[in-house]
Amino acid sequence: MLAGAPQYLVSGLTVGATYGLTALGFTMIFNTTGIINFAQGEFVMLGGMLSVAFLKAGAPLPAAVLLAVMVTALAGALIERGVIRPVGRSAAVNLVIITIGVSILVRGAVMLLWGKDAFAMPAFTGAKPLMLLGAAVQPQSIWVLSITLVILAALKLFYSRSIHGKAMLACACERKAAQLMGISVERMAMLSFALSGFVGAAGGAILAPITLTSYDVGIMLGLKGFAACILGGLGNPFGAAAGGLILGVLESFGAGFISSAYKDAFAFIVLLVLLFAKPTGLFGGPRSDRV
Amino acid sequence: MTRRFAIVLALLCLWAVPALAAEPLKIGAVVSATGPASALGEPEKNTLEMVRDALNAKGGVAGRQIELIIYDDESDVSKAVLAAEKLLKKDRVAAIVGPTTTGNTLAIAAKMAESKVPMVSMASAEKIVKPVNPWVFKVAPSDRHAVARLLKHAKAQGYKKLAILTVSDGYGQAGREVLKEMIPAAGMELAADEIFGPKDTDMTAQLTKIKDIAPDAVICWGTNPGPAQVARNRAQLGMKTPLYMSHGVASKKFIELAGEAAEGVMLPAGHLIVAAQLPDGQPQKAQLLAYTKDYKDRFKADVSTFGGHGWDGLMVVAKAVEMAGSDKPEAIREALEKIKAFPGVGGVFTFSPEEHNGLDENAFEMVVIQGGDWKILK
Repeated sequence: MLAGAPQYLVSGLTVGATYGLTALGFTMIFNTTGIINFAQGEFVMLGGMLSVAFLKAGAPLPAAVLLAVMVTALAGALIERGVIRPVGRSAAVNLVIITIGVSILVRGAVMLLWGKDAFAMPAFTGAKPLMLLGAAVQPQSIWVLSITLVILAALKLFYSRSIHGKAMLACACERKAAQLMGISVERMAMLSFALSGFVGAAGGAILAPITLTSYDVGIMLGLKGFAACILGGLGNPFGAAAGGLILGVLESFGAGFISSAYKDAFAFIVLLVLLFAKPTGLFGGPRSDRV
Repeated sequence: MTRRFAIVLALLCLWAVPALAAEPLKIGAVVSATGPASALGEPEKNTLEMVRDALNAKGGVAGRQIELIIYDDESDVSKAVLAAEKLLKKDRVAAIVGPTTTGNTLAIAAKMAESKVPMVSMASAEKIVKPVNPWVFKVAPSDRHAVARLLKHAKAQGYKKLAILTVSDGYGQAGREVLKEMIPAAGMELAADEIFGPKDTDMTAQLTKIKDIAPDAVICWGTNPGPAQVARNRAQLGMKTPLYMSHGVASKKFIELAGEAAEGVMLPAGHLIVAAQLPDGQPQKAQLLAYTKDYKDRFKADVSTFGGHGWDGLMVVAKAVEMAGSDKPEAIREALEKIKAFPGVGGVFTFSPEEHNGLDENAFEMVVIQGGDWKILK
């Protein structure tokens, strides 16, 4: 029975990495603007679908992925500029509803453009599995995990070292004070949407060769990413990434050891139990310490 | 001048009377041309129109032109009920072809008995014709036929221990019930019963569990894209266990999605996708090739099993009208039950008062995917 454990772990980590990257996107926007962006799952979907579209148009794989990620980042910025900023300082709940609208719009547009079918994408470096401790590891899983780690490290550097990163954190900490210090809160908000588009799309593009992609994959990914975010503690980027990995592994073990019929339920049950015990999430401190 | 004109007109009328006497034959159709089931309904609608034009060009059925009244139910149960209502009460059709989906068919079935008009459904669920409703027929083969054909092959290979992996939607669960019943009945062991969600993107956990149990073969029951993901995961895990799929993936899209992982996957499929490979004596062959060509020429798209259901649905009704020599719904119904060995797209139909599907496991051919294409398994 335990023989499958290494395999469940590998599968769980791979899928969990995407939940993590989606969760990271939620966190970035939440930290700068206080909005939960429900179009986050759509960024992930765009990453995968645009990569496929560029590939079909004849772009080589690395260029297709890069282009897809860039276009999604641009889309993120446009969403902030086009629909979030004009609404300005209205209640957070209104902004959240706007993001839900945007997600439906994006999904609909992609469906009209490329149809309702699923699409496959070639793996970056072959599909021959490597055997590791009795588990078959696909080269693409290694890509997924390492790219996730690189993105995490880059974000860590960005937030702690760069002036823009620090400015974004300042906006999250105290919007008014940040503005008084000469930080353009609006520009930071736009930057955070672009960044979260970038991170989400990267997640979508690297996972698409493993899982197939279609216009509607964003709904479930968005939901799982949001759960990962809460699991790790809302507002904590590293908690979000870790939350995603934990969620993925939980699902995989649940499906393997208990029953595959309730795969989606395990993660949410664990999440609920955790929230009763520790409402701030696994890695969340008291709210005021968020930054 | 006016008088002469009137005489000519009167003569013309007299001459035209016999032609006018043959009023068009009204046949209704309810299809899901749009909405979630449009992938099924659209080729059905196309085919229905194509068959109507072909029949009318040949002089119609029993000397009468066919007037086909098609309503789109948008894959919605209540719209299907409304459409049937309209066909029965307003258009007063002699028979109905459709609907596309099982749910819509079942919603209408009671109405047909009430109005005493026969219906030939294009949906697949067995419960449409079991128990038999005298007014309801169907042309799509049942899951049971596909499973029977599949298990016959598995048995011939000497497989004893089978694992099943089904999708948790209507199609998969119906298949799961039949598999759970028929595997033990065929003298084989059901070693694992795993499930995946229709939107799941990773089935490695289920496959790993199955791998540990080491069955002789795995049967996956679902429609795209889930099964493609199962095939990919199987290749990713380096599993060599033979993999069977259902007729639900018998489209080029599956091969495209699963890529190299599709190689060696076996499934029961209708004869349509392997028409060119059939032996020349096969009763359906000429029909299948002609349908494929006509459809491609007219709609510039590939044929699908679903379009085939449209062909079968309208053609068995036409055949029954011809046999009955009447457009009375009751007469058509009785003639339908007398159709014997009628070669259609989905199979060779033989109806009877107890059998309203008219097909058996021979409607399916076991095929294997090789070199990105379908090959008949010997």
